[in-house]
Amino acid sequence: MAAYALSMPFMVTFILMVAVPLGYAGYLSLFKKQLIGGISFVGMDNYARALTDPSFLSGVGRMALFLVIQVPVMLGLSLLFALILDSGMLRLQKFIRLGVFLPYAIPSVIATLMWGYLYGKDFGPFAQLAKSLGLPAPDFLAGGNVLFSIMNIVTWGFVGYNMIVMYAALRSIPAELYEAARVDGASEWRVAWSIKIPAIKGALLLTTIFSVIGSFQLFNEPNLLRVIAPAAIGQDYTPNMYAFQLSFVNQDANYAAAIAFLLGIVIMAVSYGVQLTANRREKAL
Amino acid sequence: MKKDTKLTFWTWVPDIQKEVDLFQAKYPAVKVEVVNVGQGGAHYQKLRAAIQAGKGAPDVVQMEFDKLPSFTLTDNLLDLSPYGIGDLKADYPAWVWDGVTPGGKGIYGVPQDTGPMGMLYREDLFTAAGIAIPKTWDDFAAAVSNYRGKNPSSMLVNWAPSSEANMLGLFWQAGGRPFSYDGTKNVKINLTGDAACKKVTAYWNDLFRSGNIGNEPDFADAWYQGLNNGKYAAWLTGAWGPVFLQGTAKSTAGKWRAAPLPQWDPSKPASGNYGGSTDAVLKSSENPIAAAMLARFVNTDDKAALTLANEQFLFPPSTKTLKNPAFADAAASFYGGQKVNKEFTDIASTVQEGFQFLPFNDYAASSYDKTMGKAIGDRGDLNAALSAWQDDLVQYAKGQGFTVAS
Repeated sequence: MAAYALSMPFMVTFILMVAVPLGYAGYLSLFKKQLIGGISFVGMDNYARALTDPSFLSGVGRMALFLVIQVPVMLGLSLLFALILDSGMLRLQKFIRLGVFLPYAIPSVIATLMWGYLYGKDFGPFAQLAKSLGLPAPDFLAGGNVLFSIMNIVTWGFVGYNMIVMYAALRSIPAELYEAARVDGASEWRVAWSIKIPAIKGALLLTTIFSVIGSFQLFNEPNLLRVIAPAAIGQDYTPNMYAFQLSFVNQDANYAAAIAFLLGIVIMAVSYGVQLTANRREKAL
Repeated sequence: MKKDTKLTFWTWVPDIQKEVDLFQAKYPAVKVEVVNVGQGGAHYQKLRAAIQAGKGAPDVVQMEFDKLPSFTLTDNLLDLSPYGIGDLKADYPAWVWDGVTPGGKGIYGVPQDTGPMGMLYREDLFTAAGIAIPKTWDDFAAAVSNYRGKNPSSMLVNWAPSSEANMLGLFWQAGGRPFSYDGTKNVKINLTGDAACKKVTAYWNDLFRSGNIGNEPDFADAWYQGLNNGKYAAWLTGAWGPVFLQGTAKSTAGKWRAAPLPQWDPSKPASGNYGGSTDAVLKSSENPIAAAMLARFVNTDDKAALTLANEQFLFPPSTKTLKNPAFADAAASFYGGQKVNKEFTDIASTVQEGFQFLPFNDYAASSYDKTMGKAIGDRGDLNAALSAWQDDLVQYAKGQGFTVAS
């Protein structure tokens, strides 16, 4: 009885803030609203339309590309930093930990505005440096480069967060494991590879899944950079931006709800796939 | 107006409290709460959300001319004819009154400010490059390449990718009338068949392709910097441009001048409108009389209108204010002492009537960004982009249940 009472606050909040809006969005996605003609029931039409919509599909494809490049790079860096911190080989541990974590504390809107200025072709510092050396200014916001520029912003912002998660997991590894390895003469790298990384599998899986979910939901960075690079970043650059535009510009909230649901299904499928792969590896070992 | 009433007024005009205070002095029983819910896009998103939610919507709301038809389509605005607003008609040029009477039936706003288009230019840079003020668009094209020849690292003018309202102003000047809406479900979308629109598009296509004009986003940091350090020698903009420039390009004070746009036919000077707002009353308002009076007062009371013009620098649409010497004779030191107001008043009288906006202007603008805007940014084929914009708008209109004519 006590268990139910204790979980009540969570259940109530969950139902009100998550379940009800989700249900309403699902309900909306089954209808269509026209400026002339009003609302009509269309069943799965919106979903069929989304599955053949080039804006939605290219957005998902772009996010998949983002995922396969940015997530390994970011998690690789986080792991590297976490291992270095844990090895105790560094002085000023607390300072470095804080420094790497600091970008995460900066709101993503401010960070993107700042990076937008840094990337500027005329007045950004990289451009000015290039010009002073007589080289052409790099165009970070050109069509072909902008996705990588966004990857850079997201990596910069989240390496610290993921590093802290992994570092916390590393700190909880029992010290006896290391003693055995050291007695056998293992180097620090060998210890990291054979003991530490396998021991924090759980944390690695957690950060991977969070990063996967985050990549597909990318919105803030491209939406803000769009103001200064409208030719490179369209309104449908990511599925979330597309849903936002559909709701608030096209007055098509029903279709936007279908897009949002489909995106949710894609994210669930990919996350599940990641978990399956991880578990299969575990069994193989 | 003697009963205790409370009104909510959503607007982003800076310091509008001055005009509201004048209103409250005259009608002390009416309390007005002014709220700035955001500028432009954000304002309309919140308005639509409030209307759809059925509560939280204001009584009086700032409504730009090009957005007005989209709110009369969804029947959200109160027809102000029964509240005596009709007697204001004589004080406005026909093209301004068109803007508040979409579909020809009913009056849905009180005009607040307009943006007849002119050209602001740097006199010192023109003189240094030996360029005279271009009187025709042919002169302008020649000036663009001459200027670039003398100044390889700067350009005569910039034209932004997200420029639907600006471009429509130029279509308007050339006599283009691509859109119309009859107030029910019939809409006309004819960009590619409209000779004026095609002419203007082809002209700018050539300019962009030559690489001699800028194509960066306006109202962004890099653009402000560009205006401040002479990267651009001219700006084709609405009558609100002069004051805007004073606020953002302070280091160039004294060097700018105003002139009419280059003309297609110098014997028939014309211009278009770019921007401008009205104040409208929402149908859901519980105090329609007081709301109508507020909308009317802040824009037409002599003192309020003059304050809007001289202190908040909104270009007045009413003939009475335009003729008021306190407005017309003001000489601006930022413009080397030129009587900029008079210049734009003369331009305003050359704006022709009959231009209409689509009842889904938000979508039209975002569709423009996707098609024309992209071609501008990539320096691609603007003519093909005009077709693409046309097709996209027709497809959207049909999908929304309109009957589309061309």
